[in-house]
Amino acid sequence: MKCLVAIKQVIDPYVTIRIKADNSAVETNNVKMAMNPFDEIAIEEAVRQKEAGKITEIIAISIGTTACQETLRQALARGADQAILIETNEQFGPLQIAKILTKIAQQQNPQLFILGKQAIDDDCNQTGQMLAGLLNWAQGTFVSELEIDDSTKATVVREVDGGLETLRLTLPAVITTDLRLNEPRYISLPNVMQAKRKTLQVIPLDDLGLNLCNNIKTLQVTPPHARKSGVKVTSVPELIDKLKNEAKVI
Amino acid sequence: MNILVIAEHNNQNLHNSTQHTISASHELPGAIHVLVAGYNCKTVAQQAAQQEHVKKVLYADDVIYQHGLAEDLAQLIVTLAPDYAYILAPATTFGKNVLPRAAALLDVGQISDIIQIINAETFMRPIYAGNALATITSNDPIKIITVRPTAFPLCAANNTSSEIQSTTASKPIQLSEFISLAATPSGTRPDLSAARVVIAGGRGLQTKENFALLEILANKLNAALGASRAAVDAGLVPNDLQIGQTGKVVAPELYIAIGISGAIQHMAGMKDSKVIVAINSDPDAPIFQIADYGLVADLFVAVPELINAL
Repeated sequence: MKCLVAIKQVIDPYVTIRIKADNSAVETNNVKMAMNPFDEIAIEEAVRQKEAGKITEIIAISIGTTACQETLRQALARGADQAILIETNEQFGPLQIAKILTKIAQQQNPQLFILGKQAIDDDCNQTGQMLAGLLNWAQGTFVSELEIDDSTKATVVREVDGGLETLRLTLPAVITTDLRLNEPRYISLPNVMQAKRKTLQVIPLDDLGLNLCNNIKTLQVTPPHARKSGVKVTSVPELIDKLKNEAKVI
Repeated sequence: MNILVIAEHNNQNLHNSTQHTISASHELPGAIHVLVAGYNCKTVAQQAAQQEHVKKVLYADDVIYQHGLAEDLAQLIVTLAPDYAYILAPATTFGKNVLPRAAALLDVGQISDIIQIINAETFMRPIYAGNALATITSNDPIKIITVRPTAFPLCAANNTSSEIQSTTASKPIQLSEFISLAATPSGTRPDLSAARVVIAGGRGLQTKENFALLEILANKLNAALGASRAAVDAGLVPNDLQIGQTGKVVAPELYIAIGISGAIQHMAGMKDSKVIVAINSDPDAPIFQIADYGLVADLFVAVPELINAL
């Protein structure tokens, strides 16, 4: 069973972001980049399924600039068999990304396509669902357990508000990962060395012959409304008094 | 052109995320219609018809909609879409699951998790877990939007009722099959992402057993329980309680951070709360910089005192 995993390069989650002076975007130049944490979980899950004998081949895919090769190498070090970079300098929204991934899925014919539930930069939480729609496949989103039953079915546990929902999906299917699915392992040095010898194919976006037009534009990016500085209270009774009579929240 | 709101419900009750979404829709031009798709859910359609601002309820009653599975529900939305300029759903796990699929099938983008409507084409939404706000504009012919429920008020219910119009179900797709739903064991406590009050604990709690202290406080305030990543990583609580950039993002009316130092990762997930209280023994903990009320104290003294006083 072949499995594709989508990987996005984002600003390292432990870096404090800076907004550009002209308010056009968040600064990404000379900022430490990393693999989107939910995508780390996606690749880890594919590797675990391969170790369990359910999946035979893992292909990691990213869309972006040449710099994304670095993140794909990490995916290879984590256990992907090969990687594909769809190279472009343009920025796209989730719909255009889903269209590109649809094209790759049609070429590769996987039984499973695993993505992170959202990227921690734009927080859209759309790409996996859109991909499933465009492919007319089943979707299992926000998944915290994945069990591949056989070559035609997979059972997933989804983290929904207020509980856990179990669904049985007809394969091929799109899976998006939630935090509890697994804990990604540390990458060992031999794996990093091995990853350098694996195939990383670079395909210019134009070669896919897609018409990608984005009707959603970002006008400006601004800092969040600042919180006005608070006060220190000296005792529990004073705290309760403030919450009751000043903030009126209890 | 009109507005279609996709109702979230459990076939018995309208979820209040729907009422927040109706309030948001009222800021857009057009008459508001609500789609209630489910199974044996007539009472939900009636509840929806009684919400203020709602002009019509579209009611699709079929077993394929019983569990709100994305594949079938998205298809129904697609068949109804030509009559609408806007389609909105709450940015809950329900809306986030269904709406992007419908958007892709309609070949339009989606604007996720809006917190403000600036004008008919322009919206504000948080990015980077709320560390920045993006102003977004769309010239798609149908604007597909999910709404952060806590950012808009609840709409009120009327005594009068608007028209309920039955809608034919679309052809079943049935790519996925519902097996079961296990409600979170703390069923008596409100859901973390919808709670009015959240009590969150950090590594300062030291042990699993000490978290029981926070449970008592949470029960007193009818609050949801959350935790920092540090507490989750230390194995004090399961990671579905994690609040932060990679965990849950919450914005309750009252957030009480106990034994939490305030890593960037954590603050990204809670700093939109209306009132923040921090209890920590370290006076230099970063959490105090964003807290409205800070109490420098040993939590093992302060929390029992708080419980007794409430």
